[in-house]
Amino acid sequence: MTLSTCLLLASALFCVGVYGLLARRQMVAILLSVELMANAANIVFIAFGHFRGGTTGQVFTVFSLALTVAEVVVGLALVLLLYRRHGDTRVGLASEMKG
Amino acid sequence: MEALAFGVVAGCALLSALAVVRSADLVRAVLWLGVTLFSTAVLYAMLGASFVAGVQVLLYVGGVVTLMIFGVMVTRRHEGVAQKLERPASARAAAVALGIFGAVAWAILATGGLDAPTAPPATSTADLGRALLRDHVLAFEAVSMLLLAAMVGAIVIARRRDPGAVKRPIDRPAAAPVPAEGAAE
Repeated sequence: MTLSTCLLLASALFCVGVYGLLARRQMVAILLSVELMANAANIVFIAFGHFRGGTTGQVFTVFSLALTVAEVVVGLALVLLLYRRHGDTRVGLASEMKG
Repeated sequence: MEALAFGVVAGCALLSALAVVRSADLVRAVLWLGVTLFSTAVLYAMLGASFVAGVQVLLYVGGVVTLMIFGVMVTRRHEGVAQKLERPASARAAAVALGIFGAVAWAILATGGLDAPTAPPATSTADLGRALLRDHVLAFEAVSMLLLAAMVGAIVIARRRDPGAVKRPIDRPAAAPVPAEGAAE
């Protein structure tokens, strides 16, 4: 377990998230993919904090966790609103504001 | 031993992440995300961040996954029927993801001096608490304001009932009309 293996694992998880973000159409599934990507970023923070010392990595991870939770809550509220308006949660439906 | 444990944890995280993006049933995807987040918590504990590992288990595996399952259940179209995963851009998405991974992995492997042999002192939870409430106290308070704003915003967004809303016709199965008593005459 070295820093570069941790970074490789994090980038692999991030790219799985990118794949999900691009390939899926359900809004909840896209939120899950964003979750995966944020999780990969947290792994990078923790790995650098462990292998380079200092508290900054863990402090950043705590803030990042709080931010991601806020994002999930607002995202799920938007999913609920989309479902109320259209009866479905595919992202292609939310195109009313497109110019 | 440590390398073996890291391999097991990394394998669990990667395979469950792939299951998250590939499973057709959204509830299963959310549960697989719980597995990914738990494996990540184990990895945090192995990397000496025990407090963050605990927060991850409590907040994510306990809270976010439950919230997501509620989100899936509330917005489910038909009871008991899995929502089919649509894969129109699957190959292109895989190409983009693999391209990004290749670029990042090349950058990581090409950077020298990443694996320095020096072992810095471990960060204890007490150190983390001191850093949070002394050096980063402004950001800490800003995050609490942000959480409040997100909570209020989520309530406002989810509660609004606008007249343009569709009456959810798919939601209700066509119930057989109950013949009214004495309606025949």
